[in-house]
Order: sequence, then structure tokens, then C-alpha cells
Amino acid sequence: MAMNTQGRPTAPARASSGSIETVSGSRGLLQHEDLLFEIGTPETTGVDLPKPKGLKSRLGGVARKVDTGLAGLSEPQAVRHYMRLSQRNYAIDLGFFPLGSCTMKHNPRLNEKMARLPGFADIHPLQPQATVQGALQLIDELATWLKTLTGMPSVAMSPKAGAHGELCGMLAIRQALIARGEGETRKRVLVPASAHGTNPATAVQCGFIVDEIKANARGRVDMAELREKLQRTDDVAGIMLTNPNTCGLFETDIKEIADLIHKAGGYFYCDGANFNAIVGRVRPGDLGVDAMHINLHKTFSTPHGGGGPGSGPTVFSEALAPYAPVPFVTKDEDGLFRLVEHVDGDAKDSFGRMVAFHGQMGMFVRALTYMLSHGADGLKQVAEDAVLNANYIQARLKHVMTPAFEGYCMHEALFSDAFTADGIETIDIAKALIDEGYHPMTMYFPLVVHGAMLIEPTETESKAELDRFCDSLESIARRAAQGDETLKGAPYLAPARRLDETRAARKPILKWTAPAPESVAAE
Amino acid sequence: MTTYYTKDHEWIRVDGDTGTVGITAYAAGQLGDVVYVELPEMGAKFARGDDFAVVESVKAASDVYAPVSGAVLEVNSALTEAPEKVSEAAESAAWFVRVKLADAGELSELMDEAAYAAFCKGL
Repeated sequence: MAMNTQGRPTAPARASSGSIETVSGSRGLLQHEDLLFEIGTPETTGVDLPKPKGLKSRLGGVARKVDTGLAGLSEPQAVRHYMRLSQRNYAIDLGFFPLGSCTMKHNPRLNEKMARLPGFADIHPLQPQATVQGALQLIDELATWLKTLTGMPSVAMSPKAGAHGELCGMLAIRQALIARGEGETRKRVLVPASAHGTNPATAVQCGFIVDEIKANARGRVDMAELREKLQRTDDVAGIMLTNPNTCGLFETDIKEIADLIHKAGGYFYCDGANFNAIVGRVRPGDLGVDAMHINLHKTFSTPHGGGGPGSGPTVFSEALAPYAPVPFVTKDEDGLFRLVEHVDGDAKDSFGRMVAFHGQMGMFVRALTYMLSHGADGLKQVAEDAVLNANYIQARLKHVMTPAFEGYCMHEALFSDAFTADGIETIDIAKALIDEGYHPMTMYFPLVVHGAMLIEPTETESKAELDRFCDSLESIARRAAQGDETLKGAPYLAPARRLDETRAARKPILKWTAPAPESVAAE
Repeated sequence: MTTYYTKDHEWIRVDGDTGTVGITAYAAGQLGDVVYVELPEMGAKFARGDDFAVVESVKAASDVYAPVSGAVLEVNSALTEAPEKVSEAAESAAWFVRVKLADAGELSELMDEAAYAAFCKGL
């Protein structure tokens, strides 16, 4: 019997893969990909259609006179182009996404299954209300959950993202001030230095003037400065505050802050972006909050960051409830759900309408699925585990990195760059994390911390994953402390090396231009 | 001519009742590569502490505050085209605006060069 003793080699090749050049430009199964304009040309086409016959153009003088210059592609070319690009993407379904302040938690598949039920997925916002009672009931039920979890009596479901929810809250505050006859006099909104950038932007958008409050050494609102800024009260519209704040810390004086603002005649807007850290544990209504948006795409696990639209329902206190926007769902005595769509009757004091229809229906289905699958006790554990995970990261890394503030953190761990050697910066650490296969943390934010690195693990990461991440970051941090210059060149293993951000910002190239046709020199 | 400094890292070089305003080399160093500068209109009036310009670096966008009250006499529009000047010559060629001082008394509340150097050392 002749036996093939050679067989197929199973040992990996010894050669370093980095040194191998390929003809195709691909690196193994990581496919090289050109721009669409480089793959196809205006002269090629993927679809052959017969020239139209006997049709007279009705465009008259407005017909295009020059070619569009769009590249013609076949269907497989187009499909492969996007598939190849998608393989270079980083996503929450692919790995840990520690971006602070963004709450990149897992998006449960059950949410997706529910959102695809035809009764939710295939309805139209202009359908007769009698035919979409189930959808209206779902909006009403989600609204009830949000009101219960926040301890607030009213909620506007229509805002379509966090900042849109902020706008909704601040417009309600403006409307309340107008109703009091103080719309023109109360213009000043207090905003802490550590606030999300959208807070001051929203205030300005609503015609308010922003007055910044500094943070104290503990990373919280400086109460002495707040009191000083409230010496004068007749121009105060309110305060915009995030709790837990952007330093990942609970604002321990929040009750007093609320009382001071109310005594000054202003309203308390709370940015609910970090609700993930306190859901089920703290009701913002009990803290004296008058309006707060809730990011369904953070706390309640609906996709975001390129994966789906945001959704920012905004809850209101008794004081602001009458000014909330239309539309909203009510339940009539006969048990039917009804949309209140106009500024009259039940909504005569409403500031009006923010969106064409009723909000992000697909996100409502996902968020309610998440709530029902966790239950009230499960949501409480969400907050506990999110805080536990962040503190685990802080505890594992505090001997090699510098925590920005003393003590426990809430749902995100914040480090400064104080531990790095001269010449090594936060950005070098972030880029080195890419080589380790991670999306970098949030960097250089909040601005109140030098070289800030903000890490939010969320509750959906396992201890094993957190350990793997901490091992990577710990090793990078040690190299940064020793002044390892190779960090300046990271990432080494990404499809693109370090980009020249300065040149990209100063001299951006925003338009593809065709390369000069190859000269006839080849002859 | 005397140069005064603020805690928010602006400088003002005063000549009679006009002052030239910019951001300090320390601030420029902290910001990293400056990529964009937004300057006020000619004639714009502002009070001390008002934000009158924006400087954007690869790290962040920052407001620039008026060290004194005044009205804008001249803006250094070259910075719009060449924001990198701020990184290279923050306290000379990369001045932001020239202003007519509304109240020279305000200068007494600013720091001199030595005091500012000491202030930065403590940061």
C-alpha cells in the first residue's frame, strides 16, 4: 500500500506576515478595496438597458448638459464593495466598545425580533388610529415605564435623539417662562464646565445665554460659585446638569442645587445621558428635576453609533407638563388609545410640535422589549452592574494610570494623563489600543481633566472581557509611563496607520478627483 | 508698551488706549495643533470676560475671552487662512485683534509676565 506520508502541512509558516507583499493589495482574507470611482468608470455599466425609443424629453432647457461622472458598477461589484468595507468596521457586535459617555452596550437580539413583528414594522404613521391600537398601546406602555422609572408625571415621546430631547426640555422651559410673562427677562442658563457640549449649544439655540459654573476639586459643581451666580435671580431661566456627571461622578449636592434653582425661580434640566448608572436606583423626580431626556439608545439598549437612530423621550415635572409638545398618546374612557395632535383642548399650553409624526417607533419597540425582559428588578441590576464594572476597571488600572478623582466612580472610569512620560500623550495610548483590537476610549473629554481618558464598560461586558481589556491597557500604560517612543507610531496593525489629523482639519480634501489619465509615455 | 495676562491664557499688549490681544504660548502648547480660528467682526464691542473668538485644535474647540472691555479696531484675518501661526508664534505674529480699551482701569486686575509665569507653573 502506498501511503502519502507527506500530507498537508499543519504547522503555521514561520515567516513574519508583515513583510509579505501581495500583488492584489489584499492581506490574506482582509480584502483590499478601492473607492467606487476607482472600481468603476462612467464608461462601464452593470446593467444594460436598451436605449429608450420614441420618447421625447419633457425636460426642455433644464436637462443636464454634462455627464454625472458616476461610476457604473455591476451588482456583485457594489455588494462586495460594501461588504469589504463592513469587514473593516468596528462594532459592538464585534468587540468591547469602551467609549465613555456613549453607553455602547449590547443590543439584545430579542429586541430585533420584536421590532420586526409586522404589526410594528409594517404600519404607517398616517394609518387610521383604529387600525394601530397595538402600536399606540405600546407607546403608552413605554411612556408609563419611563414615567415610573423617573418618578415624573409626564413624558414627550417624539424627540429623536439625546440633543433633540434637550431641545424639547429647554423649549418647554422657555414656554413656561413665556406663560409666566418672564420669557424676555429670564435668559440666563447655568451650565457646569463638565457638561456635554450639546447642553450649552441647546441653551443658545433656544435663545438663552450660557453662564458656566466651574467644577470643584472633587469634579462636582462648585457650590460656592453656584451660590454666587444665584445672587441675582430675576434673570435666571434654569440650570442644565448631567447626573451622574461627565466625570462619571454622582453630583452629591443635587438636591440642594435643585432647591437653589427653584428658589431663584428657574427650572432644573437634567441631561439623562447617564441614566444607565442610576436606573431603578434613583428617580430623578425625587431629586427635583423638571425635565430630563432619556437616551433609549443608551440606557435601554437600542442600537446607535451607526447602528440605528437615536431616541430621546423627555420627561417633565408637574410644573412643565402642560408645556410638553404634541403629539402624545392618551387613553379614552372607552379603552381606546388616541393621539393628541394639536395645540388645543388637552394640549392648549403645549409649545407645539417637534417632529412630523410620533417619534422612533422601532426604538420604542426595542426599548420596551428590553424593559419587559429585565423587569424592574433587572433594571436595578443593570445600574448596579454598570457601576460595578466601571469600578472594577478603575481598581485594576489605578496603580498604573492616574484616576482623575479620588474615590469610587459611577458608570465610567476617568483617568488623566498624569502618569505618562513626557512626550507620550493620551492619543498615543488610544492609538495603541487599536493595535490591541479595541475601539479607543473617549479621549480629551471632559475638558476639565488634562488628557482625559473616559472608559465606560456598561453592564453587558463579562469579567473575562474586562480583564482582557485591562491587561492590554495596563501594558500600554506601563509603556507610556516609561516613555516608550514606539507608541508614537501606533497603530501598526490597523488597515490605515496614524492619520495626519492636523492636515486633514486644515486642508481637508472633500472631493474625489480623477487622477490624470495615464500619459502615452508607455509607448 | 506693557503686556498683561489673564488666568484664561489671553495676553494684551497695551499702547496708549489700544491693546493687541492673543492667546499665550502656554495655551497654544496645551491646545496642540491649531486648525481653525474664528475672529470677531470689525467694530464688535465686548465686555471683559465675554467670548470674542474661537480657537479650534485637533483636541478641542475653545472660546477666547476678552481680557478687557473694548471695541475691535482690527482683526488679524491672516489667521483664518493660516491657523498654524497660532501654534508657531502665539505671542507675536498670531495676535487675534486690536481693540480700543473702554476702561484702562481694568488692566490693573490682570497679571504681569512674571505673575503669569508663576501662575502657569502652578497648573
